[in-house]
Amino acid sequence: MTEDDVVARLSSGMTIGVGGWGSRRKPMSIIRAIARSDLRDLTLVAYGGPDVGLLCAMGKVRKVVYSFVSLDSIPLEPHFRKAREAGAIEVEEYDEGMFLLGLQAAAWRVPFLPTRVGLGTDLLTLYPALKTVRSPYGPSGEPASDEGEELIAMPALKLDAAIVHMNRGDAHGNGQYLGVDPYFDDLFLLAAERRFMSVEQVVPTAELATLGPVQSLRINRLMVDGVVEAPGGAGFTSCAPDYDRDEALQRRYAEAATDDNEWAAFVAEWVNA
Amino acid sequence: MSAVRRADVCAVALAEVFRGDGEILANPIGNLPMIGGRLARETFEPDLVMTDGEALLVQNAVPIGAAADSAPKVVEAWNPYRAMFDIVWSGRRHIIMGPVQIDRHGNANIAWIGEDAQRPARQFLGFRGGPGNTISHATSYWVPNHSPRVFVEKVDVVVGVGYDRAAALGAAGADHAIPRVVSNLGVFDFETDDRSMRLRTVHPGVTVDDVRAATGFVLAIASEVDETRVPTAEEQAIIDAVDPAGLRYREVPDP
Repeated sequence: MTEDDVVARLSSGMTIGVGGWGSRRKPMSIIRAIARSDLRDLTLVAYGGPDVGLLCAMGKVRKVVYSFVSLDSIPLEPHFRKAREAGAIEVEEYDEGMFLLGLQAAAWRVPFLPTRVGLGTDLLTLYPALKTVRSPYGPSGEPASDEGEELIAMPALKLDAAIVHMNRGDAHGNGQYLGVDPYFDDLFLLAAERRFMSVEQVVPTAELATLGPVQSLRINRLMVDGVVEAPGGAGFTSCAPDYDRDEALQRRYAEAATDDNEWAAFVAEWVNA
Repeated sequence: MSAVRRADVCAVALAEVFRGDGEILANPIGNLPMIGGRLARETFEPDLVMTDGEALLVQNAVPIGAAADSAPKVVEAWNPYRAMFDIVWSGRRHIIMGPVQIDRHGNANIAWIGEDAQRPARQFLGFRGGPGNTISHATSYWVPNHSPRVFVEKVDVVVGVGYDRAAALGAAGADHAIPRVVSNLGVFDFETDDRSMRLRTVHPGVTVDDVRAATGFVLAIASEVDETRVPTAEEQAIIDAVDPAGLRYREVPDP
């Protein structure tokens, strides 16, 4: 399928999870297609980078569920920052480990997972929907003799759709990362109803295991509904070992946040082209 | 002999943050903390485990900045982001974070400044790993520009748990610790009766009054405030090797 085929399977108001991490292995060709579309009021769930920033700047976002939004070499995402400081988007904030638990809970189809993370912070007062739960067990899992420990109940981050980008894949939805980190892409897919994967290159299934260790075959076709072949599809974010981050392009993207003319030119050239 | 430079004193103070830690993941964030961590492992804390800044645990003192790209890495283990939470939640880690604001109890903010979570005056990192780090293992802090805007009476949002809030949690707060706060002016701890922040040492050329004036809350002062120690010749050589481009002098210019 194509990026536009993915967009056709999404609708306004959806909660969409995006794989990758910061400015690394983001499915930017699909993100750009969303930016060009008439989709709106999206809720984005991501270890955020320019995916979040671009869609905020393009007016596609109602809400962001996040723990950080960063361009890595530029620590603060300027377009996200601008949207936040303008009050243009709603947010739901979590620690990045709580985020993992939320995706894992959705993937395992349980309503929450317990954790100490968040206790003592302002999360519980800022987000009253976030609840605690009392452990029925003692510290080692034994039946509790009296009141068990109070823990944060991290809610499942259930997604309407997820999009990820991998280095290689086959036409059936088996996917392979060849870089050093799988990030959380499998969890995003497992947490979602509709699952889409773009890849640098589609190869015959029989080739996949020859391209890297079997551990690199992190995504299997049970997790994926549609595959897009998108060479360079993560750019300008990094997609090691196929390519590094395009720092010059990222800098231009970032600097355009403070210059309307530059931004219009950037959108014409890089988003709408 | 030329005068000792402030950034090099800070590097040693940041190394000292890890003294006594043994075999844990030392995870300093930022250039000077990273120099400090590498220095600690090369000298008095050889068992520390450190990352390459991404998904590998590396045994050698990889330089910071551009020099890191060409440096050979002695890889000990694979540690993708997901595995980092295994380490964090096991408690075998000591991080150095850079707060936007910190109060006298060590409550820290790295997320945003303002009154309204939905419309902050200034957006910073977000909650990132602050809640998980501070509830799970030791967290120290590094402030390159000590001022009353950072050392505040009350932080706008508590992301990193301070001693007062950890105490209120009872057993769940048992792993909480803030061993040190290091700034460009001095070194601080919480070794007071009420676990409020105390000035431990001042860097050479800094007075206690300088620190007081740059702090937005009433700081406890140790009965005798010594000077922060300066690098030995061996330490200076390691600092120079880890930061060949001198990025630390841009982070902390000489006064």
